[in-house]
Amino acid sequence: MADEVTVRLPVGIAGDGLREIERAIPADEPPPLAPNDKLTVIGKPTPRLDGRLKVTGAARYTADVRLPGMLFARIVRSTFPHARLRSIDTSAAERVPGVRAVHIVDHLLGSAQLRDPKQELASKFPVVRYVGQPIAAVAATTQALAEEAARLVRVEYEPLPFVVDLEEARKPGAPLVFPAAADEEGSAGGGGGPAGVPQTGNVRGPARSGPHGSHGTGDVEKGLAEADVVVEASYRTQVQTHSAMEPHGLVADWGADGLTVYASTQGTSTVRDELAEVLGIPKAKIRVVTEFMGGGFGAKFGAGNYGVLAARLSQKAKAPVRLVLDRREEHESVGNRPSSVARIRIGAKKDGTLTAIHFASYGTAGTGTGAGAGGPAKNLYPCPNVLVEESDVFTNAGPAAAFRAPGHPQGAFGLEQSIDELAQKLGMDPLALRDRIDVDDPAQEGSAGARRVERRVGAEKAEWSKRHPPGADRGPVKRGIGVAQAIWYRFVNLDSACEVRIGRDGSVEALSAVQDIGGGIRTVLAQIVAEELKIRPEQVVVRIGDTMFPPGPASGGSVTTGSLSPAVRNAAFRARQAMFAQAREAYAPAVDEAQHRRIASRMRVEQVSAQAVRGDDYGGFAGGRKGRGMGIGGYGGVQFAEVAVDVETGVVRVERIVAVHDCGRPINPLAVESQIHGGVIQGLSYALYENRVLDRRSGWMLNANFESYKIAGAREVPRIEVHLIEEYRGRSSTDAGGIGEPATVATAAAVANAVYNATGVRVRELPMTPERVLSALAPSRETSR
Amino acid sequence: MTSGKDDEDGKRFTRRSLFLGVGAAAAAVPVLESCEPAKGPSAGPGVLGPGLVAVTLRVNGAETRVAVEPRQTLAEVLRFDLGLTGTKVGCDRGSCSACTVWLDGTPVNACSTFVLDAVGRELTTIEGLARGDALHPVQQAFIEHDAMQCGFCTPGMVMSCAALLARRPDPTLDDVRAATSGNLCRCGTYPKVFEATLAAAGRKGG
Repeated sequence: MADEVTVRLPVGIAGDGLREIERAIPADEPPPLAPNDKLTVIGKPTPRLDGRLKVTGAARYTADVRLPGMLFARIVRSTFPHARLRSIDTSAAERVPGVRAVHIVDHLLGSAQLRDPKQELASKFPVVRYVGQPIAAVAATTQALAEEAARLVRVEYEPLPFVVDLEEARKPGAPLVFPAAADEEGSAGGGGGPAGVPQTGNVRGPARSGPHGSHGTGDVEKGLAEADVVVEASYRTQVQTHSAMEPHGLVADWGADGLTVYASTQGTSTVRDELAEVLGIPKAKIRVVTEFMGGGFGAKFGAGNYGVLAARLSQKAKAPVRLVLDRREEHESVGNRPSSVARIRIGAKKDGTLTAIHFASYGTAGTGTGAGAGGPAKNLYPCPNVLVEESDVFTNAGPAAAFRAPGHPQGAFGLEQSIDELAQKLGMDPLALRDRIDVDDPAQEGSAGARRVERRVGAEKAEWSKRHPPGADRGPVKRGIGVAQAIWYRFVNLDSACEVRIGRDGSVEALSAVQDIGGGIRTVLAQIVAEELKIRPEQVVVRIGDTMFPPGPASGGSVTTGSLSPAVRNAAFRARQAMFAQAREAYAPAVDEAQHRRIASRMRVEQVSAQAVRGDDYGGFAGGRKGRGMGIGGYGGVQFAEVAVDVETGVVRVERIVAVHDCGRPINPLAVESQIHGGVIQGLSYALYENRVLDRRSGWMLNANFESYKIAGAREVPRIEVHLIEEYRGRSSTDAGGIGEPATVATAAAVANAVYNATGVRVRELPMTPERVLSALAPSRETSR
Repeated sequence: MTSGKDDEDGKRFTRRSLFLGVGAAAAAVPVLESCEPAKGPSAGPGVLGPGLVAVTLRVNGAETRVAVEPRQTLAEVLRFDLGLTGTKVGCDRGSCSACTVWLDGTPVNACSTFVLDAVGRELTTIEGLARGDALHPVQQAFIEHDAMQCGFCTPGMVMSCAALLARRPDPTLDDVRAATSGNLCRCGTYPKVFEATLAAAGRKGG
């Protein structure tokens, strides 16, 4: 154990009982950082340093990369949802002038794999299990030639029975997606499911679990028997596609000195890891570059089938190969949020005390796994008897991927409506019930403290006290207010490193392989270095998005800022110490830019440099494995929705969202607010519009575009008011956290609760289309006549 | 569209004369000086392509000559032939507007415009919006208000909002919503796009 010192760290919520605690931390850590109101750069709204590049079109994304001699590629994809491939004839494609390489997929990534590979159907080529599954790829001198050649690849299919419908797939005797049990491991940002779960037919599960990684606690049947009030209902959510504006894409350049890859990714390091593993080359021979990337939301962690194909084509053609997917491929083959059908039973005593939570769900992640949605039921409200049972149902559809707070928007949709129903049965205000039941387990610091403050702040801003009884408005347009809560976890990615260099002229560089997926980590790194050295953020040159630099975390699980910011602060602190040593000056705290320049100019060497890696949280982790820490505590988030429902047309309009959130110590509130906007808008888009539609007779997606796969646009966006609280936990040298995922967990549930408040009717299925709203209203209309 | 524009040689040509002019030569040589005005009476309507034809485009105030296939979209030619990659392609079918450019000052989807339809017209891309180092007020406001996250839709958003201010210097929030109603953003920057555009209008006006 390294030397430790005891320091005093701020803990608690700013403006609500902020205090200091003593904690032993490693002796080489920088001194504790004061709360934000005492700092000059951290916590101040700071326009993005790369803003100019983005607004002028100069920011270079993967699809913009042009290399000398670069070829263009196109993937040949299955037109059948389930088939064995008898033959693949590429000769006609190869004869197209300009075609330089053809490669046939020999190993499929992204789908579940048979637990026992010997159980696979006898087949020369990977068995096709969804429309859009990659089969081969072609590289040619132009995109048009690649597409022409791809059309000439002749694939002879032996079609097999298939099923794309969730309910059909569950039935005994349904066509089998896999001939035997199959597993898919989870990825960095969630997704995937537990291994070794029992499987019958297409149904894999149930996997049983409870709070904090247990296999369930207490006895839910006993808890329900002891309850004074029980609510029970089923909730359904649809399949949502990630729909990042920039498609997945990659430029692979496999030369004599290794493989260089330009990738649109959330993880330069995870792309490198996957390529090294699949291609069997050392990581040091692979360089991944991501200058800018156009959104991922969980679907862009690995190299993917397209990445491996691009690398193989480059290897064969001895030229760089660009492979960028089109919008149909995006919708069909590179990930989605699984559907869910959840049966929820909750029991409570008359005073609201919870006696049981039982959450049983199934959903489909296509040929992948990870349809579980029980996170909120397990972790949001402590209860003596909790059981979550989750099943995956395999269907012949594209595999799911991690998607912004995997399982949580779908789980919160049912749970938070159930809590509202419980409040109604108990005759309690929904917020008052949550005040009673949303308390941290005394044995475990959680996120209830943040939500307590967030409920109070939000209730005031949203004018909760003026809320009327359900369905009270006269006239066809009825307004209502609803609330719902979020929970997320303080994951830490320990593979987070940063180097800080200080030059004799005073110039400062921060280097990390981390990629900026839109959250603004470039600017955050500059702010932290600037705060430490007492210079301005724009004086820090931030170089990121390249595995030539120290490893950065994959941006999944809302880990980027919380994982990397302590490393950059520590590196800046140590580089500054080295600067003083090189200048033969006694170390002194940072004062201003003049001091920085003066000391730097006296260095005996041209440059000093220090690298730091994210260490364990101060005081340790609650859990974790393999380079991942599970921090003590968590994130909350409370959202209030105001809606107007036209009961004649069934159209729901969200008019206002009040979103109150916490993310530890906010570093750049301007960018945090932007991410909260994003989470809210994705959440309401999920609540009202998005739905992947598969044709049961062909397995094709019928709306693989942006015309009929509707995502929220400028006209659908309500007034969004963000209130950010500062919560200190004293867990790292920056004590910063993440916001991407908590911001989208509660929205759909809040909208649903608002629809109930407006109409007096519960809509238990997403998306809340006019048709569903009208059919939910129909019985009440009948009786009112 | 039949209104003529002066080409680089000061000669007038029209869409019709362009097609007529190309038709006769197309059979002989694959690469053509297609924008030459028709010389004398022609045998009738011709066919352009499928090979390369040379056209002159007026992009961001400068004329540039480029060999294109008639089937190519404006977005393809801007991105691949002229290296103007600020124009993004998100759907390639006119439903996300990441590829918004101006043709004679009017925003269009470059992915759904044939490059030939841009010949003889004033073309403005995101790279041509700033005046040297001086950003357009909309660009400046986007930075200040953080009207961007991943930034992929940003060039298209900026082009839509700047075009709005050109035709309506003092827009309402509804005007901004209408102007960006075709521009999809998955990160959800809309509130700040609205805020930035209204701020830019205020600065311009006041």
